[in-house]
Amino acid sequence: MKTIYFNKFYKSFNILSGILIIASLVFLVFKGLNFGVDFKGGTLIELRTDKSSANITKIRDSFNQMNLGDVSVKNFGNETDFVVKFEKQNSNDPQFIEEIKTKLSNSIGTVDFRRVENVGPKVSAELLRSGVIAIALSLAAMLLYIWIRFEWQFSLGAILALFHDVIITLGVFSVFSLEINLSIVAAVLTIVGYSMNDTVVIFDRVRENLRKYADVKIFELTNISINETLSRTIITSVTTLLALLSIFIFGGEILKGFSLAMILGVIFGTYSSIYIANPVLVSLKVSQRTIVKEEKE
Amino acid sequence: MLYFSKLRVFSVLIFTLIISYFTISNFTKVDDEFFSKNIKLGLDLQGGSYLLLEIDNEPVITQRLQSKVLEFKKFFKDKDIKVRNFVIEDKSIIFDVENSKIEDVKSLLDDDKSEINPYFQQYKSHQFNFENMDTSFKLEFSDYGLVLLKNSSLDQAIEIVRRRVDEVGTNEPNILKRGNDRILVELPGLDDPGRIKSLLGKTANLTFQFISSSSEESFGTEKLSFEDGSSEAIVSKRIVLSGDNLMDAKPTMNNQTNETVVSFSLDRVGAKKFGKATSNGVGKRLAIVLDGKIISAPEVREPIIGGNGQISGNFTFQSATDLALLLRSGALPAPLNIIEERTVGPDLGKDSINAGIMSLIIGFILVVAFMFYKYRFFGLIANLALISNLFLLVGILTLFEATLTLPGIAGIILTVGMAVDANVLIFERIKEELKNENNSIVAFDSGYTKSRTTILDANITTLIAAVILFFMGSGPIKGFSITLGVGILTTLFSVYFIARLITAYYVIKNKHKEKLI
Repeated sequence: MKTIYFNKFYKSFNILSGILIIASLVFLVFKGLNFGVDFKGGTLIELRTDKSSANITKIRDSFNQMNLGDVSVKNFGNETDFVVKFEKQNSNDPQFIEEIKTKLSNSIGTVDFRRVENVGPKVSAELLRSGVIAIALSLAAMLLYIWIRFEWQFSLGAILALFHDVIITLGVFSVFSLEINLSIVAAVLTIVGYSMNDTVVIFDRVRENLRKYADVKIFELTNISINETLSRTIITSVTTLLALLSIFIFGGEILKGFSLAMILGVIFGTYSSIYIANPVLVSLKVSQRTIVKEEKE
Repeated sequence: MLYFSKLRVFSVLIFTLIISYFTISNFTKVDDEFFSKNIKLGLDLQGGSYLLLEIDNEPVITQRLQSKVLEFKKFFKDKDIKVRNFVIEDKSIIFDVENSKIEDVKSLLDDDKSEINPYFQQYKSHQFNFENMDTSFKLEFSDYGLVLLKNSSLDQAIEIVRRRVDEVGTNEPNILKRGNDRILVELPGLDDPGRIKSLLGKTANLTFQFISSSSEESFGTEKLSFEDGSSEAIVSKRIVLSGDNLMDAKPTMNNQTNETVVSFSLDRVGAKKFGKATSNGVGKRLAIVLDGKIISAPEVREPIIGGNGQISGNFTFQSATDLALLLRSGALPAPLNIIEERTVGPDLGKDSINAGIMSLIIGFILVVAFMFYKYRFFGLIANLALISNLFLLVGILTLFEATLTLPGIAGIILTVGMAVDANVLIFERIKEELKNENNSIVAFDSGYTKSRTTILDANITTLIAAVILFFMGSGPIKGFSITLGVGILTTLFSVYFIARLITAYYVIKNKHKEKLI
């Protein structure tokens, strides 16, 4: 196979990644994330209307009359299906949902409540906290693992790549106001695992080549390693993306956000293994001595 | 890496077949009890309701302090120590002691074997912590005292919740403790939790109290409103009878008035008390109070001595049934708040299953086709490993009767996509080895050996994520972490035992062929 000179573009792609990360951080800080009821508390109702004549405006109007706080209505897959979210949660009142249903049927005809989620403020705060802890823990565990397995220069590269993927994925969610719920946390954790996996495969090869070629500069050496593992990188990304695309297209509305986050994560993860993790090794001037010294100790 | 003993081949085969059989048992009826296991479907797939209840322990704490005050009074009286000015304030008991006995009281409270401030010998912590200022003592629950109090009220509450849910008769409810003040209730198949919620939302504290003759509130009486909110009445605080003495309650029809009523029967002690009170109170109105609201207040026309009575109060048959149910199952020690509710209708569950299976099939076909296109014969080997991987994964989930959720199905599909990675790493490595090595057996062997650490590294990282998710996640997300985690293990098995076995046979047979892979 012909060698592709990935290393020629290290600088330009690093600048691009830098811009993307800064942009993501700006969005995360100033626009924030669109938290779903899992993390913000409130009520979510997925409903199916009888006639396709019921439209978003009509549904929003009838909900607005019920004094439920901030109401958001979105189409959900079918044109007869909608997801309604509002701030008020009153799970203690057993008639709460029933009353909404009655009022709604009076104004737009028969409705079927397919899903109701009602999360109190205490629970949503706890879920948010445990979500953040889970992501932090997984990052820490990866750090620990790679620190045991590799020299610190490699660990730094892998971790930077991880942060890159997580921050940009969340940035995309912020830009497009996509909903963050429990399944997105699961997706982020899986992305962390996948990104690490991808980086480790290339790093294993870099280390092997460092032993093999004493006189090759790290700048070329990373490129050789990327090329040697390239077909594996492509094939695995393709099969993973095929599976994820299948979930995204056929898996129903509930899994849309989850699969989208994963798709983004796999793309960024593959990219960062090449363009974040490896340039870090180059700028830290990793050489054969790095690993030999470590092994002597 | 290419050598397999006969015993090894045999055990791999047997293991795979047995586990796969569990997969199949999901779709067929199997007579054998051991094999007739099924994957449990999560509430998001079969439809149902998930409720998280939290006990409001404030009233229990106050109650417990009140009874503790009585205990203190008696205790100190027996010890001939004068104490006075008992106040319950801010979750603590405050009282004064005569000057000469301060040290005595201190040591009584502080003693390791203290009767009045117990638990120290068992738990190395007293029930109460106390502060002493001059003659004044202030006691409040120690952390441990509070934990024990919460645990005991949780134990009582969970029992009552279980009785109420069982009485409604939903299929296979799941009722679990969460922490020391929460109860998780899972009700599969229930798409409208309204009734259960209203049953669990009531403490169901039933009392019988006489209506006071005076029209002003005074010491010993309280003002209560009627259930329907129509009016209020002044009621004596003295409790004639409480729900504790109830043996049975059921909805019946009163023949004279043609009204639905709840008839109840009392235990022996209750019947005696009730008989005495009603004999003395003929002509008075007796209020039937549920959770601080008067249901009705009929006039006592004659003494009720048989221990049987009726509660009337504009009931429909449904509301009478529910009240009877609440009375039968007993009162909760404290009010329960529903702090989280998730309900999925059966339709949506079915749609989710269909969508999940659809995307699994399509994802599977796409991956299999791609692998065949990329590797031809070895693609087939990888695909065979993938199929057995799926059978093993579903089989193990069945064997442990794990709960399958919608994210869990996503985890299976993701496993399909990522599982081929190990075989791809091996095949690519073998290709490289073949460039410098003419003996194909040697090349294959070193291909397997050299890729091993990388494959382990790569899978351990995903496994770490799955394990953390398992411990931190809840409900559907836990289902995802289970399929993802188990999927990694079955992937490694199918790659290293099944795919490698077939590869070994093939390579040894065709070792002289050009361009093996």
